Amino acid sequence: MGITRRQLFGWMAAAGAGALAPGVAKAATGKHFSGYPESFGVLHDITHCIGCRKCEAACNEVNDLPAPDKPFDDLKVLQDKRQLNATAYTVVNRYQFESASGPLYVKTQCNHCLEPACASACFVKALRKDETGAVVYDASLCVGCRYCMIACPFQVPAYEYDKAFTPRVMKCTLCYPRIREGKLPGCVAACPKEALTFGKRDELIKEAQRRINRNPEKYVDHIYGQFEMGGTSWLYLSPRSFSSLGMREDLGDKAAPEYTSGALAVVPMAVTAGAVLLTGIYAIARRREQIAEDERQAAVAQTRAQAEEEMKQKLAEQKKAADKERESVVKREVEKALKEAEEQRAADKPAADDDSGKET
Amino acid sequence: MQQISASLKNAAKPSVWTPFNIVAGIIIAVGLVLTVIRFTGGLGAVTNLDHHTPWGLWIGFDLLCGVALAAGGYMTSAACYIFGLKRFHSAVRPAILTAFLGYALVVLALHYDVGRPWRLPYPIFYSQGTSSLLFEVALCVFLYLTVLFVEFTPAALEWLGLKRARNLVVRLVLVLTIFGVLLSTLHQSSLGALYLIAPSKLHPLWYSSYLALFFFVSSMFAGLSMVIFESTLSHRFLHHKMDEHHIEQSHGVAISFAKAASFIMVGYLFMQMIGLAADNDWHYLTTGWGAWYLVEMIGFVALPAFFFAVGSRERNLRLIRWTALWAVLGIVLNRLNVSLVAFNWQLPADQRYFPSWMEVGITLFIVTLGVVAYRFIATRMPIFYEHPDYKEQQEE
Repeated sequence: MGITRRQLFGWMAAAGAGALAPGVAKAATGKHFSGYPESFGVLHDITHCIGCRKCEAACNEVNDLPAPDKPFDDLKVLQDKRQLNATAYTVVNRYQFESASGPLYVKTQCNHCLEPACASACFVKALRKDETGAVVYDASLCVGCRYCMIACPFQVPAYEYDKAFTPRVMKCTLCYPRIREGKLPGCVAACPKEALTFGKRDELIKEAQRRINRNPEKYVDHIYGQFEMGGTSWLYLSPRSFSSLGMREDLGDKAAPEYTSGALAVVPMAVTAGAVLLTGIYAIARRREQIAEDERQAAVAQTRAQAEEEMKQKLAEQKKAADKERESVVKREVEKALKEAEEQRAADKPAADDDSGKET
Repeated sequence: MQQISASLKNAAKPSVWTPFNIVAGIIIAVGLVLTVIRFTGGLGAVTNLDHHTPWGLWIGFDLLCGVALAAGGYMTSAACYIFGLKRFHSAVRPAILTAFLGYALVVLALHYDVGRPWRLPYPIFYSQGTSSLLFEVALCVFLYLTVLFVEFTPAALEWLGLKRARNLVVRLVLVLTIFGVLLSTLHQSSLGALYLIAPSKLHPLWYSSYLALFFFVSSMFAGLSMVIFESTLSHRFLHHKMDEHHIEQSHGVAISFAKAASFIMVGYLFMQMIGLAADNDWHYLTTGWGAWYLVEMIGFVALPAFFFAVGSRERNLRLIRWTALWAVLGIVLNRLNVSLVAFNWQLPADQRYFPSWMEVGITLFIVTLGVVAYRFIATRMPIFYEHPDYKEQQEE
């Protein structure tokens, strides 16, 4: 194969300084990020895998995971499709096809995305993309919200649901502590058929391309993981479509943080614009209220003035009427008196006439 | 309902063994037992959560529905204090109380759901993962719960007779309201935006880059409907606690809120259509998922919107109240569709999640705690009536 162990260790020595130098992590932000330079990955050539489960055994051992119910040399477990779980960072599944010459075996584990959905989703930064290429989990920060599991498009992170006090998210670490010591990841070291090749991701892509070019009839022309979800540190070569091997080909090339960066970017603007808008609405409502109040008061004042004016007028009229009335009463009284006097006089006269009449 | 009403009629008698108390007592007792199992045996001991479904009923109902239905708090206080619609004044306190209890219970439910609840302050005080939508949710829920608590305190302070403290808080009303509306806008929408990161798992009819907007706009009519629905219950069971002012205003509140809700719901339907058009998801409408989507959109948004409109035009309070319940159920359906039904839609049926009875038990337990706390507070503090000492100042 193209990459020997010696070459590999040479790269690692060269990359060592860079890998360990502190830097600003650009993973899990909205910016496009094409991976840390010199970061590592693994190329899984599905055509070479024989389903021996030695990688599973090595993974279990180097990560101190609990022993499984059935031993790793029991290949009968391959009859059923298995998924990653809290006690297995990697599983190999068998895919049988009627037309093909034999079954195909696919190893599953964390793909170590260049811009990990899990890391961008973690609200305590318990997950981060390391310069080595590994997506690293820090259990001492984890709250256990499991949003990383929602976010992961590959259904990788598993959770220790049965632990009451120290439940952890469990997933492949790319053997990040071993890489730092200059060792190979457990699974890669154990693979007897070189179905797994560890190296710098850039080199692995070239190597994969070389294999496809050399044997175009053997491989589909697709390096799975080169662009999926913005690219992953694990890369896959397959003799047939990846979707027929349980790997989703509809994920797209967009890195996960790109789906959320818009919603996040709106926040500060929404707060600022919202505060201005709401204060403005309040001010308008208040002003309108003030105007309504002023108008009401003006109307009241006007009505009152009007009423007063009317009242005055009415009073004047009444006074006039009263004066007139009084005048007329006086007049009437005078007339009455005069009339009475006249009547009296008239009465006196005929009375005298009567007296004279009686006498006659 | 009958039982609760009977229990309240008997409230004058000293007996503790009312049907309401018995039922609530049983639920709480079972809840406490389940609580012990949850915190000693881990999540696996009580939930059906698994590798594919890390978020179940407690997130889908307790968090998503709880927050949406508590939206009445910001809607009512914004209408009254910011938009200056004073005729809703008597509805503010019940709405704030509901929102406060709603959020408090959301936070309580989260303690059950996360693996290490004692670390819940971490995202805010210890290690801030600012690239996460969940960080925004956490920060906003934390801040808004604080705001709601302060907004609620005048009622408690009046009850306790602490005049000076109460008057101090009342002066903050406007600032608190503006702050509350901003925080609500952010996290109502960010609850929807939580799912933006998983386009490969949520069915395209529910997934949209406008998901945040959909959650925010639907929270508006969720809040309005919830205020109407809850006032219906309060009129039935806590009528004796209401003053004339509250009773006088409440019909107007229901009619105006129904009108507003119907208007917003129609807008929401158009937004949903724009969402379908933007992603060109029309062809999914002819599938089974499409039928289910149409049940939600027509059966639980368009029809309630129509009946709200009819109810408010004809001033038909009965129709409005039933429609409010209908709209509330519609919101629950929407949140469960996004978080559970249409999530992981590609998984084979045997790997799909269904909540265990114990998860349902904890949810019932938490809802019951809310009802009991609401009743406790509403029967003691000036929620449905104005405290005689503060009548004059109330209107500012």
